[in-house]
Amino acid sequence: MIFLPLLIALPLLAAFLIPLLSKLWKPFAPIIGNIIPFVLFILALYGIAIIQATPMVVYKFGNWPPPIGIVFGFDAFSAFMVLVISIVVFTGALFAINYLKHYTGQWKFWTLYMLITAGLMGISVTGDLFNMFVWIEISAIASYALVSFGIEREELEAALKYMVMGEIAGMTLLLTIALIYARTSTLNLADIGNSLQEIKNTTFYWSILGLLIFAFSVKAALVPFHFWLPDAHPSAPAPISSLLSGIFIKVLGIYTSARLIFNIFGLRRENAPFFFNILIGIGLLSIIFAGITALSQNDYKRLLGYSTVSQVGYVMLGLGIGNFYGVAGAILFILAHGVAKALLFLTSGSIVYATGERDIKKLGGLGEAMPTTAWSFRIGALSLIGLPPFVGFFAKFLIALGAIKQGFLWLAIVAIGFSGVTLGYLLKIENNVYLKKNNSQAKESPFLMRVAMVLLVILVLLLGIGFKPLMDLVIQPATDALLRGTEYINLIFGG
Amino acid sequence: MIIFTSCIILFLIGFYAVVAKRNLIKIAIGFAIMEYAVNLLFALIGFKEGAIAPIITKLNVPHNFVDPIPQALVLTAIVIGLGTTALLLSFIMRIYEKYKTLDVTEIKRLKG
Repeated sequence: MIFLPLLIALPLLAAFLIPLLSKLWKPFAPIIGNIIPFVLFILALYGIAIIQATPMVVYKFGNWPPPIGIVFGFDAFSAFMVLVISIVVFTGALFAINYLKHYTGQWKFWTLYMLITAGLMGISVTGDLFNMFVWIEISAIASYALVSFGIEREELEAALKYMVMGEIAGMTLLLTIALIYARTSTLNLADIGNSLQEIKNTTFYWSILGLLIFAFSVKAALVPFHFWLPDAHPSAPAPISSLLSGIFIKVLGIYTSARLIFNIFGLRRENAPFFFNILIGIGLLSIIFAGITALSQNDYKRLLGYSTVSQVGYVMLGLGIGNFYGVAGAILFILAHGVAKALLFLTSGSIVYATGERDIKKLGGLGEAMPTTAWSFRIGALSLIGLPPFVGFFAKFLIALGAIKQGFLWLAIVAIGFSGVTLGYLLKIENNVYLKKNNSQAKESPFLMRVAMVLLVILVLLLGIGFKPLMDLVIQPATDALLRGTEYINLIFGG
Repeated sequence: MIIFTSCIILFLIGFYAVVAKRNLIKIAIGFAIMEYAVNLLFALIGFKEGAIAPIITKLNVPHNFVDPIPQALVLTAIVIGLGTTALLLSFIMRIYEKYKTLDVTEIKRLKG
């Protein structure tokens, strides 16, 4: 299966070529930086097609069989993540062409952008714990550099804060890997899973799980480890904010923890209800605390940053509910929020590009001056709130359904009720930036930036209308792949 | 066991430096200590008393071999650590240029 290493090799190759060739021909960097994500999108669709027939595709490096060599294991959950990554990366790249006009050193941006892409793809397909750590560090280091891309005071401060938190998580993860290796003498995820089943419910088992959850919650910016995100994500250039908030934290934090909890540690709500209640607790805390904090923000991008923390809480909530509907809702929520939040951050980039201002009290009258941006914002916001025709509605509906089936009626009420808070902070932007009358002289953003936003708008609409095929082809196989539990181990060894 | 525990203690000393120190350079040193603690732990995991390097020759009588994988992991971890330390120090340099201080309590323009 040659396409698996291609997912990583293509962006890495581009990251290598861009510094060399953009000296000779300047447009090389943006061109290759857009072609590669598009190719990745085609490969992701191909991956979805493959996964319909076989539950797991295993790629063995150098043909060494699993416990000895490094393997890539590509199942439906990986295929889903690869698809979402390629969508967000592609629209971000399209948006960046015009947006970066005012920045110097553009080729540096594109090199780091390709490195982030390679890292995210690597995390989603790898079947080896140390390999996963290496990809996490590659994408994380590239993202620290991109957050500080403007090298102004605020950006440097945010990047430093982000890097300190991110590296604490990274070092904790490395320590945990050392402890796991000391006990099991293997790094292959499937093999670790086998060894862990023998020492299930010992103190060691729960303490390494605790360390891993700590590391991944910092990476996913769940409350109480969230405070770096509302600084870091707004400081980055808009395409990067959209990538970081849209998919980055979900791959580094949610995908990794979901994979380890369900497939490697083999935990289900039936055999570890207490642990899953903790996940629900973390999710609820994020939804409530970050949602309420978002209401008092006056900075366009910072408000969206708090909103991201709050929405990632929903994903954790869905995973914590742990039955089919809850997990399917969480997975669909990754897609729905990824697309909608990427769109909202792109509109913020469009506003900053036109006015140079992020404070929503000082903006105004842009609904008439910038109609494409305004309508993109409205549709993205409606999907994020969870109104019926849009994809965000189905995600929240599935999570609430899962909560009710599990006997947590109050949880469903809280989850749906906090859509009201989401509505509140998004209306604040809508009122101040787009509806308020103001003789704004701002011009609509350039063509390619509008194309990127319109593509995401079309996607939000299509995913809502085509919910049934989406559910059958993508979400349901991905949910089954997670709920298959330790069957994952046999599939890796059998592949 | 005492050796492993002392690695964890070293890790916690680094963690303390990162969390509690106010000087940015000391924070960077804290990260270096954390990293070395984990690298040391890896190296000790692979170590066996009286074992030889895992290179198989015709002369090898049956013998204990040292586990070679942790050493490969430490090499990778050192390279990643080099990258993070270099980036962290360059952030600190830039911040010093802009703020003229290395005290974290004075570097706080972001709020809310």
